[in-house]
Order: sequence, then C-alpha cells, then structure tokens
Amino acid sequence: MNSHNTWSNDRYQKVVEAVAALYVKALKDLPPDVRTALSHAVRRETAAVGRTVLGTIERNIDVADKEDLLICQDTGIPVYFVEVGEYSGVNPVHLEQAIREGTEQATATHPLRSSVVSPVTRKNNQTNSGYRVPVIHWEFVSGRDDVQIVMVPKGSGSENMTYFRMLLPADGVQGIKRFVVESVVGSGGNPCPPVIVGVGIGGSADLCMVLAKKAISRPCGSSNADPEVAGLEGELLQAINASGLGPMGLGGVNTALAVHVEHAATHISQNPVAVNIQCWAARRARLVIASDGSMVVGF
Amino acid sequence: MAEHHVNTPLTEEVVMAFRAGDVVTITGHIFGLRDATLIRMFDQGVEVPADLTGAVCLHTAPGVKVDGDQFIKVSIGTTTSTRMNRFTGGLLRKGVKAITGKGGLLEDSTRLLQEHHAVYLGLVGGTAASETMQIEAIEEVWWRDLMPECLWKFRVRDFGPLIVGIDAYGRNLYLETKAQAMEAMKQLHL
Repeated sequence: MNSHNTWSNDRYQKVVEAVAALYVKALKDLPPDVRTALSHAVRRETAAVGRTVLGTIERNIDVADKEDLLICQDTGIPVYFVEVGEYSGVNPVHLEQAIREGTEQATATHPLRSSVVSPVTRKNNQTNSGYRVPVIHWEFVSGRDDVQIVMVPKGSGSENMTYFRMLLPADGVQGIKRFVVESVVGSGGNPCPPVIVGVGIGGSADLCMVLAKKAISRPCGSSNADPEVAGLEGELLQAINASGLGPMGLGGVNTALAVHVEHAATHISQNPVAVNIQCWAARRARLVIASDGSMVVGF
Repeated sequence: MAEHHVNTPLTEEVVMAFRAGDVVTITGHIFGLRDATLIRMFDQGVEVPADLTGAVCLHTAPGVKVDGDQFIKVSIGTTTSTRMNRFTGGLLRKGVKAITGKGGLLEDSTRLLQEHHAVYLGLVGGTAASETMQIEAIEEVWWRDLMPECLWKFRVRDFGPLIVGIDAYGRNLYLETKAQAMEAMKQLHL
C-alpha cells in the first residue's frame, strides 16, 4: 500500500465505460435485497387492491429481467456515493470527470431518457447531466486501497416526497417519530409505496439531508449498527405499516419495506430530522475498483 | 372488484360503469403528456393538435430511440399525477374521459371528474417494463421541442391493470385511504 498505484489514464477510461454500464444495470436489475423484501410483502399482503398492486410489481420485475427493459421509465437524477480508500491512488478530480462522462455515455448510447434540466430555464441537454449534476457524495476511508461507487438513479416520484425540519431538542425522539410517520403517511401514493424510508437525524441541516439519502441507498432491511438507532428503525417501520396506506396508497399492510436511519452528532440547540423516500423500485448498483484496477459489479 | 376490458375512444356509458376499486385494461389509443405539455396547452394556450374527444390521457414522459422520423420505444411508464392536478379541468373540457397516471388527483379534480362523467385510472407506479410491452407503437409525436415531455399518441393492447382510483360518482380511493391512514396514526399517540 503506497503511492505507486497512481491510476493511469487508461484506467479512468475504463471507469467511464464501467460507470455507463453501472447506470444501465441499476435501471434494469433490482438488487436481491429489494426483491426479497417485495416477496415478503406479497406474502403478507391481505388487502385485495394491495395484492393486485404487488402482483403487478412482481410481474414487472420479471418482464424487465426477461426483456432486458428498464424497470421504471424514470431514469432519475443520477446520484453517486463514492468511497475512496486511503491507498487507492485515485485522483478524485479525474474520477469525478469519469463519472460524469460515464453518465452521459449511457444516456447517449443506450439511449436513456434525460431527466435532468436547468432549474431556471428548464432546458434539457439530453445528457442526464448539468451544472453540479450528477450528484456525487464523497467519503474518504482510511486503511483501504479500493474505490467503491454506488450508483442510485433516484426517481422523482419519491424524491419529491422529501421533508426536513429543525425540531427542538425538547421535542426529543418522540418528535422525530411523529415527523417521520406523518411525512410518509401524508405522502399517500405519490412516492410509489411500499417504500424504503430514509431518515437522517442530527448533524447540521445539510448533513442531515445527505444522511437521509445515504439511508435509502443501504441494502433494503439492513440495520443501523447502533442498537438504539436500529430500535428506532423497527419502531418506525411498525408504526408506518400500521397506517394501512398500503401499496400505491390504495390500502394494505405494506406501506414501507424498510426504515433506514442514519445519524450524526448535532448541536446542543438542534434536533434536525430529514426524510427522503425511496420508491419500491429501489434501484442501485455498486462498482468496486480494486487497487490492481480490476472491477467487480454488484449491489 | 369488477374487471373491464375496454376500447378507445371511451364513451360516457363505458366510464359510468367503472366503480372505485375496479380493474380496467385498455386497447386502442392513449395520449401521453405531463408537466411541460400541459403548461403549453393551458398556460400558454397553444392549440392542441389532436382530438381528445373520448380520449385516455397518460401522465408520462417516455424514453425513446429516435431513428430518422421514427420513434422507437425504450421505456414508457408513468409519473406522479398530483403534480398535474390543476390541469384536470382543461383536459376534461377537451373531451378527455379518463386520466391515467399514479398517485391520484386531489379533491377539486374529484369534483370535476364527477361533473364531466370521467374517471382517474391508477397505474402501478414503476412498472414501465410491463407497460412498454403493452404499447404496440408510437404513432404520433407533437411538440418535439419539449422532448421527452411532448404530446404522444400510443397504440396499446390490454394496457393495464389500471385501478379505478377516482370514479365518476365522487369516490377517490387515494384520498379515502390516506384519510383513514392519518386517522390510524392518530390512534397510535406517537
């Protein structure tokens, strides 16, 4: 583990190709953890309309697999979570460029619908990229020598159902619970339930929202390592599913597949909570680039 | 939960037979539109280049491959209808008999659908792979400068299942279910 493994230009070019393939894979191949959660939901569902909805979802996943089609028409706003190992030798400026180029390449060659526009003129460059987009969140990890890229094509039906509030310290965890449950149930069928609920608690306002997005990108049904936070995840899931909102908001016992909470320390006078919802089509794909340049694609 | 297999254009008689919770499949033609399309139609008042009498309108912005003058389907699904809630009246006055999308429409649209003897049909969001297979052809594309938010005309076979989310008798399953869910949450005393 030393600085001899600085990436060659050739490797960045391979990453462009790999990111293009990663975006398309994410759009077509639902992660196994999400498939399993949906199968459990089908078995648990008691409402007639809920069963119709979940059956249609399962058939759609089969059709996407068999016909090599996108699961959902929404190619999303492309979001990447990048973990850079201390000894990876990567130049983040070049990697960022490669991620952008890969996104644009997939859009042009597949082709994919471009879902990205200017917020002022609403002009669509037909590239799925733009100023500051793709969204890239960087994390720098000590001791590791690889680079991992998790691609999340974040659909907008669920992204539009995003909530944030600066609660008061005196509102406590109780206030957090109430805010999360009301946000999810109040969203009705808009975010395409059964959803994964991403919750950020603590930090500053900006960090809190990033945590909520990080939460939805975790494998479906995974638990926070902190047992108290994991307990909160379980309580929230139970409360949300007790609502009866159900698949597509048309009634049933499956409103959420999972609740994921990510937390950070916060200020003595703050109690921030962010909710970012992920639709049942919880698409993501992972590219692992080892120090020798070999690449593995997974979830 | 009755099932209805219907052909377009839809008549008043056909949609009046739909009740909230019924399941519908459609064969014939549907028109695709969404935010930018509706802004052009109603905010900018540009004349609609298609006859929407008895039409089914789908809230969508497809992914397509353009080959010369041909549009080849890549992925055609649906988007959240509530964003387009304020355009319901305009569409119904043009003769539209069914609006389809996901997430439902709000109280004012429920009243308008009842007044115009029209319905809202809920697709299962995120199921574009199935819907793409049910779309036989893209027959017309107007307002191509809005790509992908053009006005689209699709030929469909057995398009669905569509759940009657709002019927022509004032029942809105989305709002009923949400109200019950909010009430259930109150009982938890969180």
